Parts: sequence; structure tokens; C-alpha cells
Amino acid sequence: MSVDQKFLEKKSLEYRRTIIEIIYNSGAGHTGGSLSCIDILNVLYNGILEITPNNFSTIERNNYIHSKGHSVEALYTVLCDVGFFKKEDLKTLNAFDSHFIGHPTRKVSGVEHNTGALGHGLSVAVGLALAKKKDKSKKKVFALLGDGELSEGSVWEACTSASKYQLDNLIVVVDRNHLQITGKTEDVNPIEPLDEKFKSFGFDVEFVNGNNIIELLEIFQKVPFTADKPSAIIANTIKGCGISFIENEISWHHKVPTDEEYGKAIKELDEKLIKYE
Amino acid sequence: MNDIGKPNLEIFADTLLDQAKLNQNILVVTSDSRGSGKLVNFGKELPDQIIEVGIAEQNLVGISAGLSAGGKKVFGVSPASFLTARSIEQIKNDICYSNQPVVLVGISAGISYGQLGSTHHSIHDFASLRTFNNISIVAPADNFEASEVIKASVGYNKPLYIRYGKKPMMSIHSSGTNFQIGKAITVSEGEDITLVSTGETVQRAVLAGEILKTKGINPNIISMHTIKPFDNDILIKMAKKSKVLISIEEHSIYGGLGEQCANIIAQNKINLDFKILGIPDEYMVNGSQADVLDHYNMSPEKIAALSAQMLG
Repeated sequence: MSVDQKFLEKKSLEYRRTIIEIIYNSGAGHTGGSLSCIDILNVLYNGILEITPNNFSTIERNNYIHSKGHSVEALYTVLCDVGFFKKEDLKTLNAFDSHFIGHPTRKVSGVEHNTGALGHGLSVAVGLALAKKKDKSKKKVFALLGDGELSEGSVWEACTSASKYQLDNLIVVVDRNHLQITGKTEDVNPIEPLDEKFKSFGFDVEFVNGNNIIELLEIFQKVPFTADKPSAIIANTIKGCGISFIENEISWHHKVPTDEEYGKAIKELDEKLIKYE
Repeated sequence: MNDIGKPNLEIFADTLLDQAKLNQNILVVTSDSRGSGKLVNFGKELPDQIIEVGIAEQNLVGISAGLSAGGKKVFGVSPASFLTARSIEQIKNDICYSNQPVVLVGISAGISYGQLGSTHHSIHDFASLRTFNNISIVAPADNFEASEVIKASVGYNKPLYIRYGKKPMMSIHSSGTNFQIGKAITVSEGEDITLVSTGETVQRAVLAGEILKTKGINPNIISMHTIKPFDNDILIKMAKKSKVLISIEEHSIYGGLGEQCANIIAQNKINLDFKILGIPDEYMVNGSQADVLDHYNMSPEKIAALSAQMLG
């Protein structure tokens, strides 16, 4: 698949702008995590998944499970851009009676599964991948997990089944931004050596710069890495990526920008965007 | 009447196998529970339609939700105690909230595990699952109900929980009886007293009714196989014509059949004497299912004696 690098890079900047805008306007959101995973969602939805409003209600297509549900602003932003709903709808984020709540819900067109409680998405993705195997479908299931989420034991239960049933149509992507709400993942509850963990559970594992469009495209086009084995992609990312004063700051896990911070963030992004005009 | 049938669990497994032979889209997911679920034959006859996740109930429920999202009709089968406690958040989010029409089958439910003790009992399942939006809950009484609910569940388009015990059950209904999820079955219609029960204690209500008949008392007996959505109409009708109503359940006295009856009686201003029989809030006595139910005043003799006493 040939997708223009510049086109995707520009989209990532626009998506970051939308994420900041809707969090600022609605007064709530998970800023850091949405910014760390947005390039992954950009590449998946614009270059890999081929999930569209037209085929969404069908079974024979790829699936995407957003297991780190709190980074919902990234998901809504991308779903909006690929045509699932209008930007006007997105402006209702967190408003009374809006479907656009702080975690993915199937009330919103394009959302595959209701997430938000952590450690759930991978089992669901395993079920979807298993259904595809039963149907002899060649389609794939991608699941995005947070790194803090990996402390949930249910994640590893799901890994055992993925390996047992040789689900090479399952791709686990870890948004490895090294931070969670309390602090560094390795201080809160260490998950390293992460690649060894996935390998010992029967996965083939590769690392990628999760904020690099080209690297992401290349790795997603390579899966499965080995026939009959599930794939794990550890995407090294920067929490808050793309906005200088938000990057790697623990406080931005779910901080909302002030008027001044909002202006500064938009200015930074616009200065980068202008180079793509 | 009073023929001893098979364990409901065996009927469940036989019926499901029959249904799955006709419909390749039916999948069963087990957590090292195919033996206890009487699904060994299913595994032999339809190996491509059974998925084994090992002892991992959270994973069982999550995978069931995913298979359902992938277009399969899924029966997740695991001991009721673990299925509805260990994986309660998966049931809440991945099945109920996400609206996946999975059938969750709680096997060896209630106090079926007897002396294996409280870790294995599920006297909480009605209460906890009743508070989740969007799930129906069924406890079949006899072999007829056990089979009918599985036939009905194949086309059921929302989340469903069914609990089964493992002791042979007395035959209560004739084969021509109308079974519908959400509609109670009136076993007998009498006069001043109503005995309402669900699941494996219905036979105790029926046997209590036979004792009462020898004393010239004709009770109304209701098999309330569906705990949710509850058949309010039949309860209101029977309560209004009764002086006494007794609910009997293999469940905590909190949050199950009895409290639902109390709710309906109170909110409809029905004036009668009412008693909830179930497992009280205490360190439970140890024993077989039958001995424990007898101990907590649910033997046919004790139910009959209480009925006569309340009628005065």
C-alpha cells in the first residue's frame, strides 16, 4: 500500500490539533495518552485497516480494539476524520446526553467495543481473531494496549489463548510511553523485560518508534512476523508527543490546557503544519 | 408428576449438542469445565465448535464477547461461582454494556457443590447480575425448562445468564407447556396461599404443595424461572388473590427472588403476609445441597408447616 508520508505526517499534526481543541473545549480528557498513540491510530486507520463507514457493519473486515480506552480523544479524532461522523458531533464531547463520553462506546459510530476498564480489550480481540480463523478469513485484528494496563492479569490470560490458537491474525500494539497516572511504569509496577514476557507467552515481538509514521507503516505491513504466531509490537512513544511542554510530563495524563497553554500548543502545531501547506 | 428426571446440567449439554449440530455458528467456550459441564461428548462430536481457555474465567468471558462480535452464537460455560464473581467486570462491560448476545451458563450453581464449601457456591449471582442493565437471568426448575431455555437462547438477541444445578430434578411440567423467557409458569392454581420459587427449589415448593393438599389447602405454585426480566404480572395476580406468599430460592435472601417479590408487593400496595426463604447472612452450614436447603427451612415439610402456620 502506498500512502504518502507527508500526507500522514500532516494528518498527525491535524489530529493533535483536534485532540487539544476538543479537550480544551470540553474541559476534560486524557491528553498525554491520546497524543502518544495518535500516530499509531493515524497509520492504522489511514494506511492499514480499511475500516470505513460502509463496511463497518460487516463481519468480513479488519478489526481494531482500543483497549486503552481512556485515550478516547485520539480514537474519536481519527474516526471523525475517516468519515464516521461530522466534526460538529465531536464538539459535543462530554456534554450532557452526548454519545461522545470519556471512554469508547458503541453509541459512537465506528467504535468496535466498549472499553475503559483496563485489561479487557485483548481477550475480546482474541475472540474476534478466533472467529476469523473459524470463518477462514484472512482479515486481522489489531488491539492497542497501554503499558500501565499490562499489570492487569487478564491481559496475560488472553496471551495464553492467542498463542494456543496460533492467532497470527492478531496484532497487539503496546503504546509504550513509560508513564502512567502515578508515575513511571517501572516505578509503579515494573513490566520489563516486556519483549521477553511476550516472547515467553508465544508471541513474536518487534519494537518500533511509535511516533514515526514510516516505521509504523513498515511494521504494520510486515505482520504477522511468523506464521501461526500472534504478533506483539512494542511501540516506543512519548507521552504527550508533539507538544513540547506536554511531552513526558506526568501531570498531563489527564490535564486540561489553560487558555494560555491552549494558545501555545495550537501555535506550536500550526508552525509545524505550515510547512506542509 | 413426581418422576425423577436427569440432572438439568445433562439436559443442558444434550440440548446444546443437538442445537450445535444443526448450527455450525454455535460455539462453546469452557474454562477446564467441559467435564463438570457435561460437555465431554460435545467436545468429541463437535471439536471445531468448542474452545478451551483453561482456568481463566475473565478470559472466557472476554473471548466469548469477541467471538460474538465476530458473528458467532456463543455459550460461555463455567462454574457459576467463578463465572459470576471472578469475571464480573467482563460480564458488566464486555457482555452487558457492549450488548453482546452471549449466553453465559453457570454450572453447578447455587449450593450444588455442597461440601466443597462457600468458595464454590453461587448464592450471589442473581443479586449481582440483576444490577447490570441489559442481561436476562434464568434458573430452570426441571428437565423441561432446562431444555426449553437452551432452545430459546439460540435466537435470543441480548445477553443471557442461565444457572444449572447438577442433581437429578423431579419432572414438574408436561412437554406441552408453554415456555418463554420472561414468562413464569403456573404449576398449580389454588386459593389463599402462593408459593413462588425459581430453579432447583421449585420441586420443593411442589412437594410442599402436595403436603398442603392433604390438609385441604390448595396453594398457587409459580415457577419463576426468569429472574430478570421479572414476570410482574403473574406475581401481582397471584399475590392479590392470596393471604400468604412465600418465596423460596437457592440464593442469598438479599437481592434475589424474594426481594424482587417484596419490591412488587410493596410498590403495588398489596396487603398480605410474606416470607422470604433463602440463605441467610451468616457463615453457612456445611453439607450437601439437599441438607443445606433443608437446614435453611426449605424442606417440603418445613415449607408446608410455615404455610399452614402463616395461614393461621
